[in-house]
Amino acid sequence: MEATKKEHQLLVSVSPHVKSEETTSRIMWSVSIALLPAFLAGVYFFGPRAVFITALCIISCAVFEKLYLKIVDKQSTVGDGSAVLTGLLLGMNMPASLWSFSPFTAHVPVIASFIAVVITKQLFGGLGFNVFNPALIGRAFALISWPKAMTIWNEPTAAFMAMDAKTTATPLGILKEEGVAKLLEVFGDKMSLYQHLLTGNRAGSIGETSAIAILIGGLFLLFRGYISWHIPVSFLGSAAVMAWIFGGKGALFSGDPIVHLISGGMMLGAWFMATDYVTSPSVRRGQILFGAGCGVLTMIIRLKGGFPEGVMFAILIMNCFAPLIDRGFRSKVFGAVKTATAKEIKK
Amino acid sequence: MSDTASSINLKDQLLNGIIKENTIFKLALSLCPSIAVTNNLKNGIFMGLAVLFVQVMVNITISLIRKVIQPKVRLPIFMLVISGWVTVTQLLMAAFVPDVYSKVGLYIALIVAFASILARAEMFASKNSVVPAMADGMGMGIGFLFALTVISFFRELVGKGTLTVPTGLSTAHIFTFINTKPVLIMVLPAGGFLAVGILMALFNWINSRYAKSSAHSH
Repeated sequence: MEATKKEHQLLVSVSPHVKSEETTSRIMWSVSIALLPAFLAGVYFFGPRAVFITALCIISCAVFEKLYLKIVDKQSTVGDGSAVLTGLLLGMNMPASLWSFSPFTAHVPVIASFIAVVITKQLFGGLGFNVFNPALIGRAFALISWPKAMTIWNEPTAAFMAMDAKTTATPLGILKEEGVAKLLEVFGDKMSLYQHLLTGNRAGSIGETSAIAILIGGLFLLFRGYISWHIPVSFLGSAAVMAWIFGGKGALFSGDPIVHLISGGMMLGAWFMATDYVTSPSVRRGQILFGAGCGVLTMIIRLKGGFPEGVMFAILIMNCFAPLIDRGFRSKVFGAVKTATAKEIKK
Repeated sequence: MSDTASSINLKDQLLNGIIKENTIFKLALSLCPSIAVTNNLKNGIFMGLAVLFVQVMVNITISLIRKVIQPKVRLPIFMLVISGWVTVTQLLMAAFVPDVYSKVGLYIALIVAFASILARAEMFASKNSVVPAMADGMGMGIGFLFALTVISFFRELVGKGTLTVPTGLSTAHIFTFINTKPVLIMVLPAGGFLAVGILMALFNWINSRYAKSSAHSH
C-alpha cells in the first residue's frame, strides 16, 4: 500500500476544486464600503458626534474580539473585518445624541459592542455560528437597557460642526403618537415629506437617515453579487402591502406605503441587516419567506405594537426561524434518488 | 433497601449538592423560579431559604418512613409529603414575611413540582437513613440558596444599582450604588436568562480550573 501511494502521487482533495477570489474579509470590507454613503449622510446631518459614536463602536468591537480570543487562546479573527462591520452597523443604528457627557451616555456604545461581539457572536462559536445578527442584538440590548438615552433624537442640522442640537421626534414617532396629519403639518406637504425622508433630512439613527444613500450601497452589493434580490425585495414588498392595507386610519387599503418604506430603519434593515449571510436562510425560496416574515412583523410592530419602529425586533425574530426555513426549503440534491416516505411504505 | 450510611461520607454528601450537583448551575433544573424571583436580592434569599427548608424536611420525612412505603405507590406518597411541607412553608412565609410572600408566593407553591426535590427523595432519601438524608438535603438546599443569592445579587446590582439586604424578617435595607443609569435589562426576564447563563459559565469555568489544579497536585 505504502509503496504504491508513493509511486503514483495521486492526490485526491475534497471538493470544491475551483476556488474563487472571494474571501470572508473581502466580502466584509465590500459591505463596509457599501455602507459608507449612508454613514456619510449621517455625518452630514448629525455632525461630528455621528463620527465619534460610530468610531467608538468600531474600536470597541475590534478590541473586544481581540481580547476575547486572546483570553480563550484562539487565533485572532479581527483581520477578517467582521468585527469592524458589526461595529459600523451598530454605530449606524444608534442616535448621535448618545455622545453626551451630562448625563453620561457615552458608555452605551461600548457595552452594546461587548454584547454584540462577545455574547452574541463569540460565545456561540464565532463568525458563522451566531444565531442572531450581532449588531442588532447589541442595539436591542441598549434600547431595552437605556430606553431614554437611546431614543433622544437630534434634529438634523446639516451644519457640519454643530455640536448642540435641538431634540425632536422621528417621523415614525410622530406617526405613532399623533398620526399622519401632524406628520404632514411638520414637514409641509406630502412631496416635501418624501423629499426629507429620501435625502435624510430628518431625525433618526445615524445610518438610517438617508434612503437614497442606503439604496446606493444596497444596489452596489446587489450588482457585485454579494446579496441577492430575494430578501430585500420580499421584505420591502410585504411591508409595503401591509402598510397599504392596514396603514390607513379607519378604512382598509388606504395606507401610505411610501412613508413606511423610506422612514425608520426599513431600508437599512432590508438591504444590510436581514441579508447577513450567517443569520438568514441560504435557500432562495426560503429567503423570500424570510424577507416576507420580516416585512409583515415590522409592520405589525409599527402599527399595533408599543414601539414606533419594529425593524430590529422583526429581523431578530426571523433570525430564530432561519435554520428552520432552511430545513423546510432544502434544495434538491443533484442526483439524489427519491426515497419512500413512511406513508408510502405503509401502503 | 439496605442502609448504606456507613459508606457515605457526610461531608462529601453535603458538598455534592453545593458544587458537583448544584441544582441550577450544574443540573440546570428549577430555572423558572431562579429567573422569576431573582431581580431582588431579598426575594432571592427567601426563595432559597424556602427551598432549603422543604428539601431538608422532605428528605428527613421520607427517610423516616422509607420502610413502610409500598414501592408501587411511592411517587404519590413523595408528592404528598412534599406538598405538605410546601404548605407549611407557605403559611410560615405568609405569616412572618408577608412582603416577600406577596411577590414570590406563586413560586413557593411551585416548589411542589421541583424535579430536584422529588429526585432527591426518590434517589437518596428513600434509600438512606435519617442523618445522611438530612446532609444530602442540606447540601442540595444550600447549593440552591447559594445559586439564587449569587444570581439575584448580580441582577439587582447590575440592573437596578441597588442591593436589598434583609435586616430583619420583614424589613430590608436598600443600598444604592448607582443612581443614574444601570443596565435595566438585567432585572427584566430576558436579563434573567443572560445572568443565569453568564454565572453558570463562570461557575463551571472556576470548577474546571479547580479540578485541573487539584489533579496536578496529586
